[in-house]
Amino acid sequence: MSKISTIINREYITRVRKKSFIIMTLLAPVLFAAMVFVPVLIMSNDDKDFKKIAVVEDGTDLFKDVLKDRADVTFEYLGDVDINTMKSTYAEAGYYGVLYISPVVVNVPEAVQLISTKQPPMELLQYIERSLEKKIEDEKLAGYNIENLDQIMKSIATDVRVQTIRIDDKGEAKETNTGIAMGLAYGGALIMYMIVLLFGVQVMRGVFEEKNNRIVEVIISSVKPFELMMGKIIGIALVGLTQFFVWILLTVAIVMVGKSMIMPENSTEIAQAMTQSVMQQGTANDQAAEIMASIPEEQQEFMKLFTSFMNVPWGLILISFLFYFVFGYLLYASIFAAVGSAVDSESDTQQFMFPIMLPIILGLFVAMGTMENPESSLSFWFSMIPFTSPIVMMARIPFDVPVWEVALSIAILAATFVGFVYIAGKIYRVGILMYGKKVTYKEMWKWIRY
Amino acid sequence: MSLLVAEEVVKQYSNHLALDRLNMSVPNKSIYGLLGPNGAGKTTLLRIINQITAPDSGRVLLDGAKLGPHSLTKIGYLPEERGLYKKMKVGEQAIYLARLKGLSRHEAIRRLRYWFKKLEIIEWWDKKVEELSKGMQQKIQFVTTVLHEPELLIFDEPFSGFDPINARTLKEEILSLRDKGATIIFSTHNMESVEELCDHITLIDRARSILEGNIETIRNQWAGNEYIVRYSGDPEMKENALFNLLETRRENGYTDIRFNAKENMQVNDIIKEVISKGEMVSFNPALPSMNEIFIRVVEANKEQKSK
Repeated sequence: MSKISTIINREYITRVRKKSFIIMTLLAPVLFAAMVFVPVLIMSNDDKDFKKIAVVEDGTDLFKDVLKDRADVTFEYLGDVDINTMKSTYAEAGYYGVLYISPVVVNVPEAVQLISTKQPPMELLQYIERSLEKKIEDEKLAGYNIENLDQIMKSIATDVRVQTIRIDDKGEAKETNTGIAMGLAYGGALIMYMIVLLFGVQVMRGVFEEKNNRIVEVIISSVKPFELMMGKIIGIALVGLTQFFVWILLTVAIVMVGKSMIMPENSTEIAQAMTQSVMQQGTANDQAAEIMASIPEEQQEFMKLFTSFMNVPWGLILISFLFYFVFGYLLYASIFAAVGSAVDSESDTQQFMFPIMLPIILGLFVAMGTMENPESSLSFWFSMIPFTSPIVMMARIPFDVPVWEVALSIAILAATFVGFVYIAGKIYRVGILMYGKKVTYKEMWKWIRY
Repeated sequence: MSLLVAEEVVKQYSNHLALDRLNMSVPNKSIYGLLGPNGAGKTTLLRIINQITAPDSGRVLLDGAKLGPHSLTKIGYLPEERGLYKKMKVGEQAIYLARLKGLSRHEAIRRLRYWFKKLEIIEWWDKKVEELSKGMQQKIQFVTTVLHEPELLIFDEPFSGFDPINARTLKEEILSLRDKGATIIFSTHNMESVEELCDHITLIDRARSILEGNIETIRNQWAGNEYIVRYSGDPEMKENALFNLLETRRENGYTDIRFNAKENMQVNDIIKEVISKGEMVSFNPALPSMNEIFIRVVEANKEQKSK
């Protein structure tokens, strides 16, 4: 046992010390974090330049103080000035544009103009429209002379937003976001595909290297061939796990730092409030509602996205990722080890690579299809077949898969691994001492039964 | 007393018989030559001793006990097909191989420093193996083979790739290991080094042992009636009643004659005859070289098999 740990130690240390490993480990989380932030930044950061807008009203002063200043826009109410002179001088006066409101606006919706040399952001126009509409509505209502109008209005104020809430078997509800689930499914399947292939091929290379530089006979005069093979497989698995944990830690760290830079200071409270409001369904407490009301709507959208992001079953995803990585990798690594031991030159690996790659690529295709229809029976079966299950199941989990299905699939995978590592050990034992012979499948079959 | 005994060992591969009821007994604290043409089954036998492969039948005893996991640390094996990790540093790699043989890290470093200094390779400690020449790598492999001080050392073609000076150093080390109590199995095609080093040999041909025993005994058995005599000066030698002259050679003021003694002639009579002719420097039976014996035995075996 101490010998196998010596082997594991060597396999691990020599790889972890490599420059390529260190660079990959540190750089990838930056890319992952970029995947999270870039869409958010593009969405929320289209035109954040500070703007000053002159408001000109023709004849009346109905809309004085109606347009409230915001962080990125201030409105300067100039009242009744000549619009034509303003048109030619606003830029010199440092205005972004001139908002001209005609008195007929109460009846004619198009009677408002925003004059500017630039294309104003859609969101700013909506803000202005909403503010003016509200004022006009208020004025119209006031015309009916209803008593206690303010109270009535408050009591009838209604807000409807459709939220997708999925209910699991236990009746617990979660707010979900199909977009995020798709992203996770895609990401999970792809990363699993890459990791199994990447580290599996490393095992093959390692075995091949030992055979090719003839050190293998020296080593197996000290340890059993199976110990050498398992030592290598486990050592490289630990390299993979190290990378995996560093990636998660760094990604979380970067996302947290990035979040505090993008989001308002009280974001944690808000996130809590939102989660609460979702969990308590309807009986949202006032405090939460208040906090919600205090932030601009545009940011609420972002917060929502973020909250859905946080509501993803991260625990299940990460734990099953770990299991699928470990067993999926072990299964393929033992096959790759057998191939590495059987071949004489790197080019000979081609004939064996194809049948190994076939299920992996098939798995990736099914995983992509899974995102369209997570509940299909095709997806189900491919997430049970051990050669494709690590990839396909990773694509299914973000869409909520019963835990028993995940557990069954992992159990099948683990059992298959045990069978395959036994067979691989037999091929390996003969293969590593076999030189100058082109190995066929028939030959390998002989080694297995031998 | 034999350290290693192989009894009726059989190993059948799918299309040929590698070892056919092979017997071998390696005396304690000796250097034992394992000879034989290519493909005779030597490497298979060595792999069985190292438990890299298992025999189909028969058994191998080390120190009177059947081979098992405990025997691995008692054996040091330098295979013919040998190599090192190219990207690994020399010292690190040697420590790794030593630890696989059961040495602690600390002990491995201590012994490695001793050996590396002795063989004048200590300055390579932090070099990568790929930076070294083949001969340098061979030295490191030799050190890692003997480092755990095994009772049984197995060297398969240890001198290939060495220059004469390094080969001599290695020979001296092998002899001193034997003197310190190790038993050495030595497999080679270089018959000169067999004559130089080995106490006993086994010659394997076509999966069977066809010649076994003490090397002096074997050479004397194959010697026949040939003798070589050296004189100083150049006395005249002629054919006579005692022997047939085969060859006369003169160089550097000496005369060497080689002759075949006639049947039933006593050595003492011959000596009397030859010292009457001039000043004799040496008188030796002409032992056949191991090379000759090898060829004759294997050829004879081939003829016998084809009959």
